[in-house]
Amino acid sequence: MIKLTINGQAQDVDVAGDTPLLWVLRDTLGLTGTKYGCGKALCGACTVHIDGAPTRACVTPVETVAGKSITTIEGLSSNRGHPVQQAWIELDVPQCGYCQSGQIMSAAALLAQNPQPSDADIDSAMSGNICRCGTYPRIRKAIHRAAELSTTSKGSG
Amino acid sequence: MNKHPDDWSRRDFLKTAATTAGGLVIAVYLPACSKPENAAKSTGPVKQVAANAWLRIGTDGSITVLCDRSEMGQGVYTALPTLLAEELGVAPSSVKVEFAPPGKEYVNALLGGQVTGGSTSVRDAWDKLRMAGAEARTRLIAAAAKDWGAPPQSCSVADGYVVFTSRRKSFGELAEAAAALPKPENVQLKARNEFQYIGKPQKRLDTPAKVDGSAQFGIDVRLPGMLYAALAQPPELGASVKSFKADKAQGMPGVRQVLQTSSGVAVIADSWWQARQARDAVEIEWAPGANAKMTNASISAGLKSAASGKGKQVRKDGDAQSALQSGRRFEQTYELPMLAHATLEPQNCTAEFREDGCHVYVPTQVQQFAQNAAAQAAGMPPEKVFVHTTFLGGGFGRRLESDFIPAAVECAKAVSKPVKVLWTREDDMTHDKYRPPARNTLSATFDDSKKLNAVKIHLVAPSITSRWAPAAVANGAVDPFAVEAAHNFPYDVPNVYIDYLQHEIGIDVGYWRSVSHALNCFTVESFMDELAYEAQQDPYEFRRAMLDKQARWQMVVDTAARKAGWGHAPSGHSLGIAAMSGYDTYLAQVAEVSVQGNQLKVHRIVCAIDCGQRVNPNIVEQQAEGSIVFGLSAALFSEINIAGGRVKEQNFDDYPLLRMNQTPQIEVYVVDSTEKPGGMGEPAVALVAPAVCNAIYAATRKRIRALPIVKQGFVV
Repeated sequence: MIKLTINGQAQDVDVAGDTPLLWVLRDTLGLTGTKYGCGKALCGACTVHIDGAPTRACVTPVETVAGKSITTIEGLSSNRGHPVQQAWIELDVPQCGYCQSGQIMSAAALLAQNPQPSDADIDSAMSGNICRCGTYPRIRKAIHRAAELSTTSKGSG
Repeated sequence: MNKHPDDWSRRDFLKTAATTAGGLVIAVYLPACSKPENAAKSTGPVKQVAANAWLRIGTDGSITVLCDRSEMGQGVYTALPTLLAEELGVAPSSVKVEFAPPGKEYVNALLGGQVTGGSTSVRDAWDKLRMAGAEARTRLIAAAAKDWGAPPQSCSVADGYVVFTSRRKSFGELAEAAAALPKPENVQLKARNEFQYIGKPQKRLDTPAKVDGSAQFGIDVRLPGMLYAALAQPPELGASVKSFKADKAQGMPGVRQVLQTSSGVAVIADSWWQARQARDAVEIEWAPGANAKMTNASISAGLKSAASGKGKQVRKDGDAQSALQSGRRFEQTYELPMLAHATLEPQNCTAEFREDGCHVYVPTQVQQFAQNAAAQAAGMPPEKVFVHTTFLGGGFGRRLESDFIPAAVECAKAVSKPVKVLWTREDDMTHDKYRPPARNTLSATFDDSKKLNAVKIHLVAPSITSRWAPAAVANGAVDPFAVEAAHNFPYDVPNVYIDYLQHEIGIDVGYWRSVSHALNCFTVESFMDELAYEAQQDPYEFRRAMLDKQARWQMVVDTAARKAGWGHAPSGHSLGIAAMSGYDTYLAQVAEVSVQGNQLKVHRIVCAIDCGQRVNPNIVEQQAEGSIVFGLSAALFSEINIAGGRVKEQNFDDYPLLRMNQTPQIEVYVVDSTEKPGGMGEPAVALVAPAVCNAIYAATRKRIRALPIVKQGFVV
């Protein structure tokens, strides 16, 4: 048994320790929001947060994240309330949508580190995430918008 | 779709639809054991009234639209319900959308099957779905008017109610009475100036589910007791399994069964990761096929050797053959590589046998083909196969194929449990139906006043349609999907001759977003650019002078040039232009690049579009933006290489796709138009390569006649 903390909940999973976290999330736990795209950390579709850091779940053996805090797209917010999700909805970012969980997790991690990222900061944080539909221009705008939303909500809260 | 989906609705509905034979007879049925989500507040059982093939009205007032095209990013999940909702007078955001099952009533009249492709969805649906909505509205009004003793023409609809003076009745209250009325005779569509939703930027209906991980793609299907399979397919295209030893794999954790399927050897296990690990432990001896010696060079050589032949005539204006004999002849050849679709969701299918037949859950662009492929694998008639379409994690033409379906059915049959077959990225990259390669030769002559006198376009490429829909090209017909963006050569030239020579290369090729537009627009618009320089004219002015009789072409070419600042490029930057018409849409693009040494940077792409009446301007812009990224990715990087019959490229390290840091500024300008709607899912892809290559020529005087650009001495 491997003890995991996923989206704030403790979970015990009975899998081989070298199983990539991605497949534990998707197949063992039914958290299918995290996607498989390449299996080699080349596309970012499987991005989750491990103790807040954006991490490619497809190359992360599950035994290495035991006891750490794992956040998936399902746990980013309740009711799509995270500023990144709000901005994504406001600007209608997704097309096919398949990469977007990973894009959103990368963007949320960026903003947590750097609340007012420049275009260069965005390029550097987001270039590991492929979008085959080509939503990059809207992702860029939406990250700037999420930064504004975060500032506003902090200001008013 | 998480557990067993609500299959009652689709099956019962299909039965209903079959008996009404395409008419808009309303049928009433009662669900056996399930309620739609939004029925929670009603008291008593909620009935779903099928108003027509696309619309169900619940007695609780809920409205469900069946979307008969697959949502792969292009926005049909929003645009098609909008057409129907407009005529019903309800906000698109208030309707529930479900994907339609296979059905004759869902045939795409532009393609002859239930097919999502060819940028046809809105064009096919434009009249059909508005009429469906208008007829339902007419019936609802008639039912209310009858009840009130009011004149129907004095009643109207608003937000799910029929309204007359101060009285109103909800669609839910009226649905059954409306269903019982005879087919209305006088159904009026709204006039354009009455549109509340069409033509206005509406939010996509699928966005919320795509930002919280809840959207269900094929890969996400989970059924009770489901097992997972990984597939070993022949590394050499066209090879087959000779024999295999599974002893080692059988003993690995979680493995249930190893079996030979029609697509290779499948390993079925409790989890996909276990199946995938065990797959690599199966020892397989492959029997080589006809492609064992195939290489890129052999494919190119085959095209080159075939090119000396004469193709089938596509167009003949004047007498280009004679005209080309006089004056100085300018001739160039352009070569295009094979490309992979590389949908980010790898190919997959989940199958389950139940009492009523075989259920497949699949991201498909072709519900009937999927049904037939599953039926054949199941050994059942198609009517015993139930196709459940999920969201598609990209389509781009890849999911017009059904090659990922049979193995899932065969596995589910073998173990009598639901099985999900998922290809790895490497499986997907190496077993695609690739975009055809092409080798096109163009020739031209000028008259004494330096005006173009003759153009000959000789297209040489394999035909996709001859495999995919052979009946469509029977009796020697030219494959219409091989000559796009050439057959409609718009420039005013007295002598034009176009022919297409079909040359098969020995492996399957497939429809790839924008299909032959991408091949032929690169060819024609690169050549036009060369001719402009040959005539010592500005490339924009040169084209513009030959578009005098083409108002829609003029408008987009002028708009793109003006918005891009043609003639006023920033210092050190250069511009290139390309124009095209496809899918009833007119486009022009201007690319702005700089080249320092061999370092290329694409700074900006400006795109002007006339796509006729827009249903949703927001999605039109999305599609243009995305298409430009898709087209630039291919132009810069993409190429499938073959050696020993095997595809060399495996994953996104050796088949790179454009990333955010490489994405230029993209500007989209859409011309207001009341022409009939044009397609927008694909066309903007095709102009990127010629616009960028023409800009590179402007910057460097180096002409690129073979793609991708990185293979021509440039670094990105």
